[in-house]
Amino acid sequence: MSKKSFRQAINEALAQEMERDPRVVIMGEDIAGGLGAPGEDDAWGGVLGVTKGLMGKFGRERVLDTPITESGFIGAAAGAALRGLRPVAELMFVDFMGVCFDQIFNQAAKFRYMFGGKATTPLVIRTMFGAGFRAASQHSQCLYPIFTHIPGLKVVIPSSPYEAKGLLIQAIRDDDPVVFFEHKVMYDVEEEVPDEPYAIPFGEARFVREGDDVTIVAFGRMVSLASQAAEALAKEGVSCSVIDPRTTSPLDLPTILESVRETGRLVLVDEASPRCNLATDISAQVAEQAFDALKAPIRMVSPPHTPVPFAPALEDEFVPNAEKIAAAVRSTMRAPSKQAAE
Amino acid sequence: MAMSRALQLSREDLLRAYRQMRTIREFEERVHAEFATGEIPGFVHLYAGEEASAVGVCMHLTDKDAIASTHRGHGHCIAKGCDVHGMMAEIYGRKSGLCAGKGGSMHIADVSKGMLGANGIVGGGAPLACGAALAAKTLKTGGVAVAFGGDGASNQGTTAESMNLATVWKLPVIFVLEDNGYAESTASGWSVGGDAIKRAEGFGIPGVRVDGHDFFAVHDAAGEAIERTRSGGGPSFLHLKLNRYYGHFEGDGQAYRRDGEVARLRAEIDTLDRFRRRVTEAKLLEENDLAGVDREVLALIEDSVRTAKSAAAPKSADLLTDVYLSY
Ligand SMILES: Cc1ncc(C[n+]2csc(CCOP(=O)(O)OP(=O)(O)O)c2C)c(N)n1
Ligand SMILES: [Mg+2]
Repeated sequence: MSKKSFRQAINEALAQEMERDPRVVIMGEDIAGGLGAPGEDDAWGGVLGVTKGLMGKFGRERVLDTPITESGFIGAAAGAALRGLRPVAELMFVDFMGVCFDQIFNQAAKFRYMFGGKATTPLVIRTMFGAGFRAASQHSQCLYPIFTHIPGLKVVIPSSPYEAKGLLIQAIRDDDPVVFFEHKVMYDVEEEVPDEPYAIPFGEARFVREGDDVTIVAFGRMVSLASQAAEALAKEGVSCSVIDPRTTSPLDLPTILESVRETGRLVLVDEASPRCNLATDISAQVAEQAFDALKAPIRMVSPPHTPVPFAPALEDEFVPNAEKIAAAVRSTMRAPSKQAAE
Repeated sequence: MAMSRALQLSREDLLRAYRQMRTIREFEERVHAEFATGEIPGFVHLYAGEEASAVGVCMHLTDKDAIASTHRGHGHCIAKGCDVHGMMAEIYGRKSGLCAGKGGSMHIADVSKGMLGANGIVGGGAPLACGAALAAKTLKTGGVAVAFGGDGASNQGTTAESMNLATVWKLPVIFVLEDNGYAESTASGWSVGGDAIKRAEGFGIPGVRVDGHDFFAVHDAAGEAIERTRSGGGPSFLHLKLNRYYGHFEGDGQAYRRDGEVARLRAEIDTLDRFRRRVTEAKLLEENDLAGVDREVLALIEDSVRTAKSAAAPKSADLLTDVYLSY
């Protein structure tokens, strides 16, 4: 056990699984870097250094730099997964999924079902998402709801270094295609992470904290913001549960429902655009299955329905923060009659 | 060697070419320095070293012609006539920026000038240029479109698809491959299979390879290609070999480059030095003329930075404008 960053935790998971299973290969643009160039090999280790050092350990046959041809190499990863490899492909920024979507949602996602259960596609696509980097409209989106929408894909959003390591190991061992979402603002976040390999099962939500008054469900980077909000609210005498579902597909709805039955109040925090996101999805399911338990309207905290703006002041206003989460929680604590007027 | 047609340019045109290239260079040198202070947010990709491409090509264009640019777009913007103050303000995220602070370096655009935007998606521009060419053709404006793209972008499916579409639809579009030797840290010698000219020829598009540090060579080749395409000859292709002076983006440690690589480029084949030498040796312009341009450009860039720094940031209400909002 030692303190590791989100970046190191992911690197360690990749290294340990590559060590354990020779069928695991990784690929992506500049994941080692420096190919054909006069300077250092492994010059980048990925655009934010997440795969640094793996080329030295495993060689260029298992750490495959690619040209800028996402449709080509993501599709190749899917094909290789059908034929005995366990590829982990890095698709730099999730925004770039736009150029290779067919290979993911018409190909990889559908093989197992379409082929009558006679094929597996053990493919992992790692990708960076989220706002906060001043990276503007084409490098800041979340997009995980789009992948969650597609049957056949599993979707993972780790919320801390510990979670990232265990969930990535599970993703690599899983026989279905998995899209693994890494929030780009979290790479330097540190916490204690075991040195040995461990897997965190999919579809099992975790309680970050438990409370009696309100259930907060949050994803990815929003989990720590929800915890901050809960901390502040505790001082006001409002006690919150914070649930991190870990995976949006499969989704651990039973845990969320159970908690809502105890608290009677639900706040959903989702950094993705507000239409058809995880907040609206879970909200609908809770309304359908636990309407009788609700003491107040469900509240959703998401950005406005706009592209991600560049200007720092606008981006800061765009992203949900602890203050907005706390305000949503407080609004669920007011009398229902007052809420209708809001 | 035949005399370059560009050497026969008028004094005004030579001064214009020099002014634009110098403006791009100073703009980028200054953004590099200002980025280091931490005041400029986000991802910034500098065009210094590649000036002859943007200027040598865009000098043949007017506002009725369109260009689609890349993430390394500042040079294309300046060469296509974007306002330098508006660009600098955009890079600082100001309300007075060309995109009201909503786009930033990677998305600077001025559609009224035919500048269809820098682009955060590698390979995103070529299909847009085909569309601009289709519009020009259908509306019979006489305009052409230019798709700028790097060696990295040349491997993107969109590039191949666009070249085929351009041939099939006989579009007035010119594909300009800015081959600066790298896509991020990866050398184009490794990533680009086969031969770029033959790729274009495979789609029925004639191509020429040009020294991208030689303004006159670029200007000549672009002139011929654009003339040919404008007069209904179909799409054209240019493969410019050039170099970038800075990292892939600001903050790139560039460990993949040879020590002293950029210093040698600057000393030996700098585009602006070569231009200066050619025009003074041929007695087309005097050192004095050029020094005058240098002073004007420096003052312009200085002023653009000063005003950008003191300009207002967008207001929170701006977050919700310019987009369909469902609630
Ligand atoms: C579809 C897509 N893939 C990857 C990237 C990340 N990326 C940005 S620039 C770049 C390299 C582009 O190289 P090149 O086309 O040669 O242009 P240069 O940077 O050399 O000007 C990459 C991989 C991206 N922005 N979009
Ligand atoms: Mg390049």
